[in-house]
Amino acid sequence: MSEDLYQEIILDHYKNPRGKSVGIVSLAQSYQVNPTCGDEVTVDVGRGSDGTLLVSYEGQGCSISQASASVMSELINGKTPDQAEPIQAAFLELMKSKGQLEPDEEVLEDAIAFAGVSKYPARIKCALISWMALSDAQIKAQLTATAITTTRNE
Amino acid sequence: MFDVEKLRADFPILSRTVRGVPLVYLDSGATSQKPSQVLDAERHFYENSNAAVHRGAHALAEEATDAYENARLTIANFVGAQVEEVVFTKNATEGINLVAYAFSNATDKARQGLEVDQRFVVGPGDSIVVTEMEHHANLVPWQELCAKTGATLRWFGITDDGRLDLEPGIIDSTTKFVSIVHQSNLLGTINPVREIMDMAHAVGALGMVDLCQSVPHMPVDVNELGADFASWSGHKMLGPTGIGILWGKSDLLNVMPPFLSGGSMIEMVHMEGSTYAPAPQRFEAGVPMVAQAIGLARACDYLTELGMENVFEHEQELTAYALEELAKLVGVRVIGPLTNVDRGSAVSFVVDGIHPHDVGHLMDAKGVAVRVGHHCCWPTCRRFDVPATTRITTYIYNDKSDIDQAIAGVKSAQAFFGASTKASA
Repeated sequence: MSEDLYQEIILDHYKNPRGKSVGIVSLAQSYQVNPTCGDEVTVDVGRGSDGTLLVSYEGQGCSISQASASVMSELINGKTPDQAEPIQAAFLELMKSKGQLEPDEEVLEDAIAFAGVSKYPARIKCALISWMALSDAQIKAQLTATAITTTRNE
Repeated sequence: MFDVEKLRADFPILSRTVRGVPLVYLDSGATSQKPSQVLDAERHFYENSNAAVHRGAHALAEEATDAYENARLTIANFVGAQVEEVVFTKNATEGINLVAYAFSNATDKARQGLEVDQRFVVGPGDSIVVTEMEHHANLVPWQELCAKTGATLRWFGITDDGRLDLEPGIIDSTTKFVSIVHQSNLLGTINPVREIMDMAHAVGALGMVDLCQSVPHMPVDVNELGADFASWSGHKMLGPTGIGILWGKSDLLNVMPPFLSGGSMIEMVHMEGSTYAPAPQRFEAGVPMVAQAIGLARACDYLTELGMENVFEHEQELTAYALEELAKLVGVRVIGPLTNVDRGSAVSFVVDGIHPHDVGHLMDAKGVAVRVGHHCCWPTCRRFDVPATTRITTYIYNDKSDIDQAIAGVKSAQAFFGASTKASA
């Protein structure tokens, strides 16, 4: 049952985080905290010369929150906002699925390991906190996907 | 001493399974389970005497009012209080807010030149004193009061072994109010409340004690606290949710401005203005929580039958055992007093290299329900430089085998994360 939640991929990202505190020129920062447990994440976003997203994060918290931040940075770094958007949407959808969704590995790669988390309502926030910080920082930096920018401007 | 095995039969929920294994409930500090006797008392009221209290003259209204007021008497007797000193609130948080708002409402009225009792008027230059181990419920209302009035919030710090650092000068001639927790819900520390209340009174301040973790677990006589007010909740002492108690000295309650206003709390109402009933009705606006009061009174009777001395002794034994067993685990550190001296049954700990959420999750996988997080004591966690803790809290229905299960759960978390370290290395 615990193995259901703690996939090997998650434990690996927890113990060997990727993309944590990498030096980027930050255009915007978002600090998010989960007030029920005290998990904290700060995400910085910047823009590469080719228009892709640069992501760095800092944080402390449980294995789920920290592994999710690591997976998120790996997935999003180097993607354009338009390429990142379907991944972000798919992860959010997966977290809302209550374990009823078969995740698409083509889109989510390592993030499919979080499918089991969606069965534990108390842990969904842990998995989402860094993704929420990313979206917030993107809005602040005006680095959201075209579709989102259009909707917002309407 | 009482028979744990026998009384467990009164708690149907304790025989269920969770995650496919038998439930081990070690989260009574958050809320206790309820015996059938309490649930039956509520049901009996609804099925036989239900009516709105303190209004109407029909037979049911009279019976309901009697049952409600008898419940107040039972609860008052349970803590040695006078019946008119017992105010029903929604929970302990509301009781503390009620007192905090008495200060801010009196201060507002004083600013308008209205006549108020000066003991409840605070402003710049005055101080309110709490401690670093307060539950947010006994911290945030005082922060709010200070923000509204310009008063300063001060606090006693905590020593490394989880005791209050009663440094002189925190309470001084500027102090108008002191509010402290009796037993810390995170550290388990039992504080010398009498000494601190005496310090408050010596400078002319009023004082309050948060009894949430003491009334359910040990004999408490409100007269021995030396306090002017106290607040606690019903649901942590076998009672229903939705009911708490504010105890206050009558001469103070009767000069405090009301908190919630409306029906039931008035003396006379004219279009131009109103006067208010004496306490406790003064603070019980609207139709109150009658069934919950009756349930809580039944909970008091249940505990009285067991004997609060016995309850305390039983939990002292479990706490000693838990501390002893946790001390045997490598990489586990208890946050709070390490011995049973002036210590209650809340035992918080951290496990090296494993976040409390993960510890709690792996304990839950074995059916062991514990609390993880900051326990609404974020500043206390910060004081000990931990993001959160895992907390075991016991009650009358727990025995040593429950502690054994908890220890096994911690070990399984260590094995799980330890094993995967090797796997990924």
